[in-house]
Amino acid sequence: MASPEDLTGVEKSLYAKREPVCPKAVDGKFRRLKWLIMAVTLAIYYVTPWLRWDRGPYAPDQAVLVDLAHRRFYMFGIEIWPHEFYYVAGLLIMAGIGLFLVTSVVGRAWCGYACPQTVWTDLFQHVDRLVEGDRNAQMRLAKAPWTASKIGKRALKYAIFLLISLATGGAWIFYFADAPTLAHDLMAGDAADVAYATVGVLTATTFVLGGFLREQVCIYMCPWPRIQTAMLDERSLLVTYKEWRGEPRHRGTKKASLADLELGDCIDCYQCVSVCPTGIDIREGPQIGCITCALCIDACDKVMAQIGRPRGLIDYATLEDCRAEAQGGEATPVLKTILRPRTLIYFAIWISVGLAMLFALGERTRVDISAQPERNPVYVLLSDGAVRNSFTVKIRNMQARPREMEVAITGLAGAAIWTDAGGRERAGATLVTNVPPDALAKLRIFVAAPSGGETRDEFSFTVRALDADGGSDSVDAVFERPGTER
Amino acid sequence: MADKKRIDQPTGTETVGHEWDGIEELNTPLPRWWLWTLYATIAWAVVYVVLYPALPMVSRATEGVLGWSSRGQLEEELAAEQSRRGPLLRALAATPVERLADQPRLMQAAIEGGRAAFKTSCVQCHGSGAAGSPGYPNLNDDDWLWGGDLESIHFTIEHGARQPGHDKTRMSQMPAFGRDGILQPREIADVTAHVRTLSGQQKVNAAARRGAGLFAANCAVCHGSDGSGNRSVGAPNLRDSIWLYGGDGAAIAATIANSRYGVMPQWGNRLDPVTVKMLAAYVHSLGGGERKRPQLAQAGGAASDGKP
Repeated sequence: MASPEDLTGVEKSLYAKREPVCPKAVDGKFRRLKWLIMAVTLAIYYVTPWLRWDRGPYAPDQAVLVDLAHRRFYMFGIEIWPHEFYYVAGLLIMAGIGLFLVTSVVGRAWCGYACPQTVWTDLFQHVDRLVEGDRNAQMRLAKAPWTASKIGKRALKYAIFLLISLATGGAWIFYFADAPTLAHDLMAGDAADVAYATVGVLTATTFVLGGFLREQVCIYMCPWPRIQTAMLDERSLLVTYKEWRGEPRHRGTKKASLADLELGDCIDCYQCVSVCPTGIDIREGPQIGCITCALCIDACDKVMAQIGRPRGLIDYATLEDCRAEAQGGEATPVLKTILRPRTLIYFAIWISVGLAMLFALGERTRVDISAQPERNPVYVLLSDGAVRNSFTVKIRNMQARPREMEVAITGLAGAAIWTDAGGRERAGATLVTNVPPDALAKLRIFVAAPSGGETRDEFSFTVRALDADGGSDSVDAVFERPGTER
Repeated sequence: MADKKRIDQPTGTETVGHEWDGIEELNTPLPRWWLWTLYATIAWAVVYVVLYPALPMVSRATEGVLGWSSRGQLEEELAAEQSRRGPLLRALAATPVERLADQPRLMQAAIEGGRAAFKTSCVQCHGSGAAGSPGYPNLNDDDWLWGGDLESIHFTIEHGARQPGHDKTRMSQMPAFGRDGILQPREIADVTAHVRTLSGQQKVNAAARRGAGLFAANCAVCHGSDGSGNRSVGAPNLRDSIWLYGGDGAAIAATIANSRYGVMPQWGNRLDPVTVKMLAAYVHSLGGGERKRPQLAQAGGAASDGKP
């Protein structure tokens, strides 16, 4: 950190060049956890669209498919229609509350382990190290003149970046169409323009955000680091430098101990800084640049082992524990830190939204009816003196097979219904229609009833599936007759 | 304000000199790439000005090298829509109206096209919902003067009703029994009473019994002896509950005394054949459309011999 005095009188620039971050490779339990999570998340991302799920001949066999063209969302055994979008809203609420829950327990664990920006940045930094070498080699190369070797290394690196970006952008579109067909079309050049455009845009954003902007996305662009400030409290587990143990830091411990100086555990070796993927110094305390990836814990633990001090100078700790430990007290057990009213309330909300959705999923019928009255004219007088109303009735068959359904009306004395396909001579109390698989049937239904009766006669349309599975639904409607205005 | 600028101790960054309740703003420099995004937008603005209409001049704006205009885009979209509808319109033109019902998709397209055409040509008399008004038939109901099957409706639209100088127009004329002195006012009242008994609006009384004889002598030739009408001459069915000019005694008496002479334009010489076909399909779809009656087809067998 620059001393305040150094800055006085210096002409300040309004814009700062990015300091390149070249994190050093590190091994340790958190690094291995990050490897595991990277493998799992990338595997989920790349494999999911290729999973198959048999839904019979009338629906796609892709396990997870967002079919925008036909407005259907398939996820294994669940199919969601646009009017059931509240399930997606519920999932988003669960994701939001889940993020609150995780943040209040373990701080920015999402940022540190699971966020795509983190995962891809991590991947790209491995490419950096693979091509250019570790931290020091990278820094040397950055300063080196543009020799053939440097140009070659940079070209190779960017080529690998581009390949990864292409694979990233390329995989995304498979969620939106039948993956094997689309893969074939993509290669043959027959896919839709929007597919190529999406691949192009996502390749470009991955290349720029993962290859160049990296930690700047977290520091300047992402709102979550700001929101999490309100989500954290003194009892959230954070990657923390235990100042009370480390300070005063000192290089050259032997010399210092000979001089009989008071020594902390920190030997100022800068390992925590050099492994940091966002280039911060964790010893300055909790800060917006820290994504809590815990790589500094791995680095510091290694050094502590080498100098024969207990691990955990940098560790997951709550601010409350740090304060207690600084005053010679004991840290609260982890379980007690995790189970506190705040986390329990978040968990209760999270689980109730989840259970409510599961319940709604179990209860939902796959048959649905709606009726819209014809407003112009509201009623028609027929030659035999009866009154006719017309309705546009929509029947949803939300199952992937054609179903025979019976439409009936209840609560309207002496009424008969028919469709424009039938004609009044074939009118009856009910009518049977064949609804195509996974589709909406739109019927124009005429209802005729004797003219004697209320001006506004309430009745209802019901629909009933005639196969063994059954299922029914009804909707209220109003039968209008000439009123006193005539 | 500026004199309050100072270096913030913990971060080593200069403050901007503003202070609100002890909270100060740090003057952290922006990342440099952010500046580049500003330059990129400026460059884009220049490109845009060159490519698209942008700078206002005295009478109009600069045209831009791409030559784009919103009017041009609209014309392109309309032309694209026209060519998209081309095959459909050609199919409609090639399909005789009596064959339309065999092709449900074509029929549906014709109904939708007719719905639009109806809004421009027909709503003035028949109303926007085709519900009509006194003197202008309601096209939603099941009562037809000249026939309610697709072909009859098409014929009526194409040739109109009572169009002077047109041979094929729907033509008939009811005598003005009162004005021309064929019936005396008393007799008209008697016929009115009889007509009202036909549709059950009134019980048979002495006047109606007198009227029945007059009806048989004067009216039955067109309206039929039982008053059920005759579509070949556009004579309305007097037994149903639908009255084009009103079904109360005064309205019926006025009709008998002065006759009625409803006219409808001959649309065949104003609209193209496809539009006429689409209008017929739409009117037929409104709920009262009839199937062509087999017995009528047999009765008119000699006339329809030429058809396949």
